[in-house]
Parts: sequence; C-alpha cells; structure tokens
Amino acid sequence: MGDAIAEAFRLIAVGDAALWEIVSLSLRVSLTAVALACLIGLPLGALLAIARFPGRGALIVATNSLMGLPPVLAGLLVYLLLSRAGPLGPLELLYTPTAMIIAQTVLVTPIIVALSRQVIADMHQEYDEQLRSMGITTMGAVLTLLYDARLSLLTVALAGFGRAAAEVGAVMMVGGNINHVTRVMTTTIALETSKGNLAIAVGLGLVLMLIALTVNGALMALRGTQGVARHV
Amino acid sequence: MILRVLLLLTLVVLAPLAQASERFIVVQSTTSTENSGLYGWLLPQFTAESGIEVRVVAVGTGQALRNARNGDGDVLIVHARAAEDAFVADGHGVKRHDLMVNDFVIVGPGADPVGLGESPGATAALKRIADTGAKFVSRGDDSGTHKKELALWRAAGLDPTGDGGEWYRESGSGMGATLNIAIGMDAHTLTDRATWVSFGNKGDHAILVEGDPALQNPYGVILVNPEVHPGVRASDGQIFIDWLLSPTGQAAIAAFRVNGQQLFFPSAR
Amino acid sequence: MSDALVTSGRRTLTPARGPDSVLPVAMDGVGYTIDGVTLLDDVSLRIRPGRLTAIMGANGAGKTLCLRLIQGLLQPTVGTLSHASGPVTLTGRRRIATVFQRPVLLRRSVAGNLRHALKTYRVPRAERAAMLTDLLDLAELRALAHRSARVLSSGEQQRLSIVRALAADPDLLLLDEPTANLDPYATRMIETLIRQAEARGVTVVLVTHDVGQARRLADDVVFLNRGRVTEQTPAGSFFDEPQTAEAAAYLAGRLLL
Ligand SMILES: Nc1ncnc2c1ncn2[C@@H]1O[C@H](COP(=O)(O)OP(=O)(O)OP(=O)(O)O)[C@@H](O)[C@H]1O
Ligand SMILES: [Mg+2]
Repeated sequence: MGDAIAEAFRLIAVGDAALWEIVSLSLRVSLTAVALACLIGLPLGALLAIARFPGRGALIVATNSLMGLPPVLAGLLVYLLLSRAGPLGPLELLYTPTAMIIAQTVLVTPIIVALSRQVIADMHQEYDEQLRSMGITTMGAVLTLLYDARLSLLTVALAGFGRAAAEVGAVMMVGGNINHVTRVMTTTIALETSKGNLAIAVGLGLVLMLIALTVNGALMALRGTQGVARHV
Repeated sequence: MILRVLLLLTLVVLAPLAQASERFIVVQSTTSTENSGLYGWLLPQFTAESGIEVRVVAVGTGQALRNARNGDGDVLIVHARAAEDAFVADGHGVKRHDLMVNDFVIVGPGADPVGLGESPGATAALKRIADTGAKFVSRGDDSGTHKKELALWRAAGLDPTGDGGEWYRESGSGMGATLNIAIGMDAHTLTDRATWVSFGNKGDHAILVEGDPALQNPYGVILVNPEVHPGVRASDGQIFIDWLLSPTGQAAIAAFRVNGQQLFFPSAR
Repeated sequence: MSDALVTSGRRTLTPARGPDSVLPVAMDGVGYTIDGVTLLDDVSLRIRPGRLTAIMGANGAGKTLCLRLIQGLLQPTVGTLSHASGPVTLTGRRRIATVFQRPVLLRRSVAGNLRHALKTYRVPRAERAAMLTDLLDLAELRALAHRSARVLSSGEQQRLSIVRALAADPDLLLLDEPTANLDPYATRMIETLIRQAEARGVTVVLVTHDVGQARRLADDVVFLNRGRVTEQTPAGSFFDEPQTAEAAAYLAGRLLL
C-alpha cells in the first residue's frame, strides 16, 4: 500500500503526459455520458413521476431494475449495435470514445431516470395542487419540478457520474482499451493489474478517487455560487 | 439554467471527438503481445515509416477471433493455429502468415514442492500435477494459451475439466489475472514466456518446466477478408502485414528485449 | 348590467370585467362524494362579481372542498358548476386563483416565485418586469425580493402567496383562511391587500373563522354546516339575525351537534 501511495504521488507529481491523456479522456467520456443521460433521463424521470398513463408501473419497475444493468452487458449490447456486423456498423464508431460514451449513457440513464423519478415524485406530492390551481401544463410542471429539485438532482447526476467513472466492463468492450485512443483510468487499472504492476494499478485507483473527489467538490462549489442552497 | 449548463458541457466535450482521424488500422490481438510491451516497441517504428497509426485491441485469442468474425478489426494477431486455420477456411481471413514464435512455460511455487523440475517434459509434468493433486489454475477463457493447455492435458491422457478435481481451477480471465490468482493460491499455471518475463508481481513463483518442443507457441498474422467484411481497411492492413513479415519488421521483433531477454523469435518465411 | 356596479353599505366596488369573465360562478345542487362518504350535499350558491363572499362554518364543514370545486381541482359528483364564460376550461381556470390554507411556495426567491407565476399565467414577456415590481410593492416585499421564499415569516409568505395569485390578474380570487396564523398587524396588512385586490376589479371569496374579519370585509356570507349550505345572505343580516340554530351557535362560539 505504501508503494501504491508513493506511486500515486509520483504519477501526479510528474504530471506525466500519458496520465493526463488517460485522465482527460476518462473525464470527457464519463462527463459527456452523464450529461447525455441527464438530458434524456431527467425529463423522462419527471414525466414518470407526474404523468399517469397505461404501462407506467411497468416502466418504473423496468427502469429500477435497469439500474443494476451489468456494465459488461451494456457494453455487449452496444458492441452488437456498433459492430461492423451490427445495424450501426457503417458508422464506424466501434473502438472510439464515442462508442464508450454511448455505452456509459446506456448504463447511466436508468439511474438518472429512476432516482430523479423518486426525487420529483416526492416534490410533486407537495406541489401538485398549487401548480394545478395555476392551470399549469404537464410540460410546465416538469420544468418547474426539475428546477426546484435541482439540488437533489445534482446528487442524482453525481451518482450517475460515480457509476460511469467506476465501470470498466462497458468501456473495455466497446472501446477496446486502445493506447492513446480509448484508454481510460479504469481500463488502465485493469491492464496494469493484468501485467502484475499492482502498485501502479492501485496508484491509478487513488488518482481516480482524487478525480471523483475533485468533480464532487467542483459541483458543490457550483451549487454554492448559484445560491441554490439558500432556497431550502 | 442547469439544462443550459449541461448542453454547453455536452458541446464542449463532444467537440474534440468530432475531429476526423488520420490513417489508422485496428488490430485484434492476443494479450501476451500487448502486455509484454512488444507493440510499444514495434508500432512507433512502423508508424514512423508508413504514416499509419495502429490501434491495438488486446483481448484473449478466442474473443479476438470472434470480434474479427464480426468484421471488427482489420488485422488479426493470435496464437491458436487450429482456430486460425478455421478462421481463414471460413472465409473471414485472407491468408495466415507465420509471424514469430515464443514458448510456453509452466510456473509454480519456487520451491517446487511436487518436483516438476525433474519431469522429462510438459505432459509428464501435468500428469505429476494431477497425480499429486497439486493446485493448477487454468485460463478457462478460450484463449490461445487455454487452447494450448487443453491440448497438453489431452496429450497426457487426462481431462481435468471433466472430473472436477479440487485442485483444478478455471479463472475465466486473462493471462495476467490468472497469474495473479495462481500466485495468490500458490498454484501452478501455464503461461507464455513473454507475459511471465514482463510480469511485475511474480512473488515466489518461478519457471518450473520449459524447453519442451511441445511448448512451442507460434503466432500468426491474418488480414481480415474485405470481401466478406466490406468495412475492412485492407490496403493499410496489408501494408502493416507486409512490414511485419519484411526483413525490417522481423529484425525489429528479434531486437525486442525485456530485462535483457529476447521474448519473440521471427518465423516469417 | 345590474351586477356591474354593486353598492354595499360601506364602499363602492369597481365594475366587473369584460364579457369573457368567469363570473358569476354558479353551483347548483352540487354534491361531492368520495369513497361512499358524502362530503358536500346539494350545495347551491352564486358568486357575483364585485361582492366579497365569506364562506364560514365549523372545522370540517367542507369550506376548503368548496374552493377546490370552484377552482376546478375537483369535479362535482352530482350537480353542476358553471362559469359565466361557459364550461370550465384550462384558460378559464387561469382566470381563477387560489391561495391555499397552507400555500406552497417554490424553492426560489420571492421574485423567482412571482416570475414563475407570471410565466405560468401566460403574462406576455414584455409586461412581466413591470408587473413584478408592481406585485412586490403591493405585498410590501420589495426589500425581500431576493430572499428565499421559504424562509419568510408566515405573514410575509401569506402576502407573497396572495400577490402570486394576483399575478394571474384573476377575475376571482379564492382565499382559504389567509390570516389564520397571523398577529393583528399582519392581519391588517392582509386585509388591506384584499381591499387593494378588489380595487383592481378582482372578486374575492374568503374562507375565515374570524367573525370580526368577516364583518369588516364580507358583502355576502355562505354558511356551511356538515357539507350543506344552511344560509346564504347579505353579511349584515347574517351577523345580526342568523336564520338557523347552527349559525347562531357558531357565532356564539358554541358547537351544535
Ligand atoms: N380527499 C379526501 N378524502 C376524504 N375525505 C376528505 C377529503 N378531502 C376532505 N375530506 C373531508 O371532508 C371534510 C371537509 O373538509 P374541508 O377541508 O373542506 O373542511 P374545512 O371546512 O375546510 O375545515 P377547516 O376549517 O378545518 O379547514 C372533512 O371531514 C375532511 O376530512
Ligand atoms: Mg379548510
């Protein structure tokens, strides 16, 4: 463990270009995936929370279960989709960062939908009568609730980011862990482990934790400057 | 507000991804070549000469072959002769070329408690492992090394996968992960020499059996068939293969060293 | 036109609004039943433009339920509820605004709450800024515009809720016990606000247990007893000579069972 910590410090201190490349790709892929998942998942979660339509219950059960979707399975599905033998083969997206973003979006969206649905449903309980008395449209209610729940939804997004940044199965499968192209933190950790370079692997793990900490801290700060926290 | 931030973020992040790539090919490869550092040595030389970037997807031989059967990859570098021939025979590959060889070794606890060092060859060593019930970890992942191991057991007249012996374990993982497990369990395992020599977590383990001709490990290189898989970058792939098989490429393979030791021996004809 | 200019003993009210006004609102033989329990039974009443109607009655009598029906949040089980402008529509619903017994303020600033209301009530973008300052001034909340609405005192929250409802520029404003928790001074402020709303041509329905307040403000009184209207009379006669034993008991602070 001492070796690993020393290694982590060495990696950061040297600020080595290879590490920076891997870290920035990790962030790019996971943050984009979370952003896309939020774009898709938040309105969907809000709609599931407030709209009543046939099949809604089944959809809620489905998204809740999909939160446990194994990354490798998500990776496999996206692989089958993007493979040259698959329906989207001609797009030539396999083994690119875009493929990794797609796979992580698939992985994260159910989390965003399920958690935001719960958050919004609780708030909707409180707001429903007031909003309806104002003659609000469903769309208007969705936007109002999304905005007023922004604090909790930030935590939802962070949960999604945690899942994206920590998974290895999906990006390994559709990214291929290609050096300089699709190699990210988690696939590097897997690779170094398989080379028996345990100190480097754990060191990289510590760097990953540090990044997660930084992202969380940055969002907290953003929260503060927005004055969101004051509105209870 | 949040929506706007997210949108902006998406644009910022996606923008660099939209850049068009230069010339590149994708190689589906076994892990031993990647993990030993061979590609880190070879590919920059090739790219400098040809201007073609080589992107290596390193997976088990079985998965590499399956990916290539889907047309995902332009060139295949693996080590499982029978499967390679079947791949070409089924029309997925243009032609198989001998590329290089190295060899397999059996590693185990350095003290060699069951005396594998005295056995006359690989099959005899495996018999001894089975007889004494010494622990053995198998890749169990349909990789080239796994296929080789199963062939050796067959040659020894044994089927450890069938009798479910306590001493035989399948890791279902790559070579490195399997080595980590074997070392953790104080068990024996079959590995290619390249992975072993460059492996960083050897513990007390050492090579116990080596040098048997049955442990030869030939690597082949195959161009994925563009007639079956239209997306294949065949001309650049062929340039890469031609380079590997050329005197320059073969010399580069021979010059690769880990800890002063040569790991791969050119075998192109 | 007889409804257009109404004179009470105390003041002259502004004329009712144009022909598309939802007023008068009429409930005829309205009943509301849920899970086999009848909560409102054969309720008939008129809400006329320019006259402040106070709905009174004991706890659980069905006052809040009545407001929900008028606002269109619930549909009568039997009977009819109609607007002068025709059947109740979504746009019609925006001509009526309610301040609930426990108003829900959004997790935003005071101004943010008003901006949200102006947007929701479809106030043209160009008019919003002017209306915002107008409403803040009306509620005397200008200094608190940027404070979180949820940390305001009860009196400030109540004022904000009322001007938020006024953002709709409604024909009809429904107030459910707006001064229930307030001190005498805050109560006065709310009553002033109600008068100012009326001066703008808004017709008010007020649920209150405060007899003094009803005496001060009401033109008509509807008395509800266990889901039934027992009296609907001009305020003066209600307080001076209640027609029913229940109303007399309520005013005397006794409960008739
Ligand atoms: N959704 C509902 N389901 C069942 N019962 C209800 C429902 N809503 C109201 N009630 C009942 O209807 C009755 C009238 O309720 P309402 O809220 O109208 O009383 P209120 O006259 O406003 O009383 P208060 O002065 O205490 O506010 C009460 O007994 C209440 O329990
Ligand atoms: Mg009530």
